[in-house]
Amino acid sequence: MGLRWTTLAGFAITALIALFLVVPVLLSVYAGLSVNYARGISAGFTLDWVRQVWSLYSDTVWRSLIVALMTLALTLLIGVPGAYALVRRGGRFARIVEELVTLPVAIPGLALALALILAYGGFGAFRQSTLFVVVGHVLFTLPFMMRAVIAILETIDWRTLDEGAASLGSPAWLRFFDVILPNVRPGIVAGALTVVTLSIGEFNLTWMLHTPMTKTLPVGLADAYASMRLEVASAYTLVFLIMVIPLLIGLQLAADLTEKRTKS
Amino acid sequence: MRSRSFDVLLILPAAIFTLAFLILPLARLTVEAGTGPSGFAGFFAILTEARYRNSLLVTLALSIVTTLATLALATIAAQTLAHRKFPGRGLLLSLMTFPLAFPGVVVGFMIILFGGRLGLVNSLSMAAFGTRAIFAYSLFGLFLGYVYFSVPRVLLTLLAAAEKLDPSLVEAARSLGAGPLAIQRDVVLPALFPAMYTGGALCFATAMGAFGTAFTLATSIDVVPMLIYTEFTLATNAGMAASISIALGAITWAALALARSRAMRDTKGG
Repeated sequence: MGLRWTTLAGFAITALIALFLVVPVLLSVYAGLSVNYARGISAGFTLDWVRQVWSLYSDTVWRSLIVALMTLALTLLIGVPGAYALVRRGGRFARIVEELVTLPVAIPGLALALALILAYGGFGAFRQSTLFVVVGHVLFTLPFMMRAVIAILETIDWRTLDEGAASLGSPAWLRFFDVILPNVRPGIVAGALTVVTLSIGEFNLTWMLHTPMTKTLPVGLADAYASMRLEVASAYTLVFLIMVIPLLIGLQLAADLTEKRTKS
Repeated sequence: MRSRSFDVLLILPAAIFTLAFLILPLARLTVEAGTGPSGFAGFFAILTEARYRNSLLVTLALSIVTTLATLALATIAAQTLAHRKFPGRGLLLSLMTFPLAFPGVVVGFMIILFGGRLGLVNSLSMAAFGTRAIFAYSLFGLFLGYVYFSVPRVLLTLLAAAEKLDPSLVEAARSLGAGPLAIQRDVVLPALFPAMYTGGALCFATAMGAFGTAFTLATSIDVVPMLIYTEFTLATNAGMAASISIALGAITWAALALARSRAMRDTKGG
């Protein structure tokens, strides 16, 4: 029996979507390594553009990494205990708090950034520091960390684990560190990878919050797209791709692991 | 009880952060919106002033068309990929969801490489027909950019729903003589509807608030986020920027809340 025409059409459309998504990325990689994009392959390949990007924009790469790590530290500190508290309490109150914390996902980043600037723009030192950008990133990524941890807590019997340890005389804070945290580790790992990936790629908030001294990678990219030749812009994009690909592979592995866990 | 005070301790960091950096700033935004020359009537400026209203209408139309196109494409791709094993399926899916990590500006750049002056389509068109085909900076280019970042998101939502659909239902309908359109209408789409609401709302809300892609491509098109940006930075009209921000935030939040409650009702109603 041959394939149905609907199946064939489905494959053709899926293939076209995949090409539309992937071909520009490949073109960008190619352009970043080509001597002259307009003249084509005959002009040859070079790493000069990547080198030029590094000398112009390496500070944005480091700043993005620092911002991502600081954001991760804060979301862990705020989000993991917060998620556990919400699951422990349950009920209407917890739902309202969760709704509130998740609000930054539903509101455009531009509006959040504007609100932050209006509220804290007068505090010069804070406004001009990298910490101001970090606060924006924590606001935006915190819901993802909390959801990841809540999702795992809902699949394990945390109450029995906690009560078991309590009956052995362990105090509440020690049970949190020794019993709960090891059990929600898959959620924390998935949440952490999401937070770092989102932070490295965040533009909407950062564009409003940054100052000339606190440019991150996506802010530098916007700058390069507007003012640099295509090869430099592409080489810079290549640097960004190299930063996020390991994170995405990690996310995929973490997702596969949790899938195996829940199935077994 | 001791456990109660421990709960308070657990939630305290989140409470302080949310209060200081979400609730307080949003309150400040609301106050700022009311301090414009027209006071709290400024909230409705997005409806009453022709320039803002046009911008809102263009953004709404663009977001709705983007959502419809994305849902159509993602529904087809999800059905093609669900319940099918073939070599390279995992890789294909990874490649199709890879753009999820791209900031809006990078998506804009991808569209420039696709439909700009040195873009793929223009090169092919020049080689084949000798005619120019540059559309990256037009409304169509912006639409393509929005579809580019929407498809991966919606595809993931719909694929999860399509995997849950029992393939034997489709087989049964087919053996009873139902055509492909009837199968879609009576079997597949009803099962995918909750996911389509959620995915569609997410897509619509993201498109309404998209700034990075518009920043790279929309040099001549005033979508609402660009309007907020120019009002705040170029016109230094913080009050107007704040009131448009609140209107935009209300629209995106309502779209997501509506879809969530509908999807919940549908799954409950079974």
